[in-house]
This record gives sequence, C-alpha cells and structure tokens, in this order.
Amino acid sequence: MTEVWDHIDRAIIRATQAGLPLVARPYAKVAEEAGVSEAEVMSRMGRMQDAGLIRRIGIVPNHYALGLCHNAMTVWDVDDTMISELGRRVGALVFVTHCYQRPRRLPLWPYNLFAMVHGRTPEEVDGKTEAIAQLLDGHCRARDVLVSTRVLKKTGMRLRAKAAGPPAGEGEQKVI
Amino acid sequence: MIDVIDRAIINMLQEGFPIVEEPYKAAAAALGLSAEALMERISELLESGAASRFGPMFNADVLGGAFCLCAMAVPAGRFDEVAALVNAHAEVAHNYERAHALNMWFVLATETQAEIDAVNALISAETELEVLAFPKIEEYFVGFRVAA
Repeated sequence: MTEVWDHIDRAIIRATQAGLPLVARPYAKVAEEAGVSEAEVMSRMGRMQDAGLIRRIGIVPNHYALGLCHNAMTVWDVDDTMISELGRRVGALVFVTHCYQRPRRLPLWPYNLFAMVHGRTPEEVDGKTEAIAQLLDGHCRARDVLVSTRVLKKTGMRLRAKAAGPPAGEGEQKVI
Repeated sequence: MIDVIDRAIINMLQEGFPIVEEPYKAAAAALGLSAEALMERISELLESGAASRFGPMFNADVLGGAFCLCAMAVPAGRFDEVAALVNAHAEVAHNYERAHALNMWFVLATETQAEIDAVNALISAETELEVLAFPKIEEYFVGFRVAA
C-alpha cells in the first residue's frame, strides 16, 4: 500500500530533519512549527514510523568518536533461493549497519549480498566477517572484503521536501 | 570523553524513542535520570560530536527519492583526476576509495531514477570509464547498533 504524504507531513519532516527539539514536549514544539496540534504531530509521526518513512526515532552515534575507526564492506555470493532469509539473518547481527541484496555484475562482480561492518581494530572487523561467514556456511560460493582506504567525499544525504502543498521557496530546508 | 551514563544513553536511544507527550521523561525514567539531565546529556553528545544526530531517521526512498551505489575501476594513474570529476557532481553524496579492482565506490542521491541514469551516463562520458550501478534489490537492515 502506498501512503500519500501531504504538505502537513512534509512540514513535520522539515521541522524535525535537523533533529527532535530538546524540550520537555518536543512534539508540541514541532506542532507549533507545522501549524497543527501536538496530537496531530504524534499521530502522523506514528503513521510515518509504521509506514517506514521514519525508520526509527533515535540517536545516531558517531562511530569514529566511539573508537569504531575500522570498517569494511563485506560482500558475498549467496544462493538466490536463500538470500532473503540469509540476508535478514545477517542484517539482524548487531554489528552489521547496512545489509542489502544488490545485483551481480559478472564476471567482475559475483557478489549479491552486501553487509557493512565496523570495529575498533582490523582484527575485530575480521572476527565479525568470520561470524557472517559462519552464518552463511554452505550457501555462499565466494566472498570478498573491501576496506575503505580513503574518504573522497562525504556529504549529508539530502533531498528536497517536494511539497504537494505550497511551492518551495528559496533556501528551502532539505530532508536528510 | 563520554562516561558510563552517556554510553547507556547511546545504547538505549538507538533502539527507538517514544512518541508520547513527554518522551524525554519516559526515556529518562528507564535510565534513572531526570528529563532535564537526559536532554542536557544528548545536547552534549551532539556538541562533542560523539553523536551526529538525534531525531527521526527518514527513509528518503519512501518520499520518492532515488539512491544508488555505483562503482568504477579507475586506473591508478588517473585516480585523483577521476575522483575530482565524480565529486564535482552534486548528486554524489559519498565517495570512497576501496582496495579492489573496483576501487571507487560512490552513492548517488537524486529525486528520480531517471536522474541516476543520467548522472551515471554523464560521469561515464566525462571519465571515459564504465560506471557499474548496484541498486538495492532488497534492504535487510539499515541502522547503527553499537555497544558504546
């Protein structure tokens, strides 16, 4: 089912994309900006969460600040018939931050399961990669681990909040 | 430096923050803190850079945006030149050098799928290199659960 997001939803997104206000009643503060009631904001944000538009409300720790300086993109060639089940199980591992099925690009790229792992040391990343290997045991034909050697560019993911309502003005806020 | 309370806050707040009238009070109670103390701690975590954001995490796909992971095999001698050409496109949100024959991995963020294809065609023409697109077929997990 496709949800339709109207200009009020988009106003709520714009009011929260920089973060949830750090005040006793943050949804009331968002409601003031969006021009609706606190109850309306809570109900709409609940609906956004149910629909997956909001993945969750929470804190995003900076993994470098927490000492998790090493990361690797682990990639796996998994049986197509098993990938949905195994992908979910790999994604459920606590140290996996992103887990997707993506297309193979043969002959250079036989891998269809991508899982990002982070660790404090290269050894910790290796240990976590081995834990994934064990989980995939018997259903994985090949694997590789791509460590990042340099960050070439990193900006926030930005997308204009295209409104079904009033046209966006200059310097419009963006949805992360 | 973050202390044991900060770590408990980071661990707890990754899981989901309640949608109730006084959510800080509700979340703080589980940590044995006051709502004020929790707000103060979150503010300090953001200021110190230990956390990059606090609030709803939006899945922009659902709003109609398009994202795509892409990769190129760039000859070593051309790497910096090609990186500059790729990074010049505003649609390139992230770009990483990785140790592999496919040594440049970037993420495109645009409003439509057609723009993804167009930017890739442009990058390919400018660099005279093939751009391989790795669109997601299925998402199993996106998030960050670290034991701080």
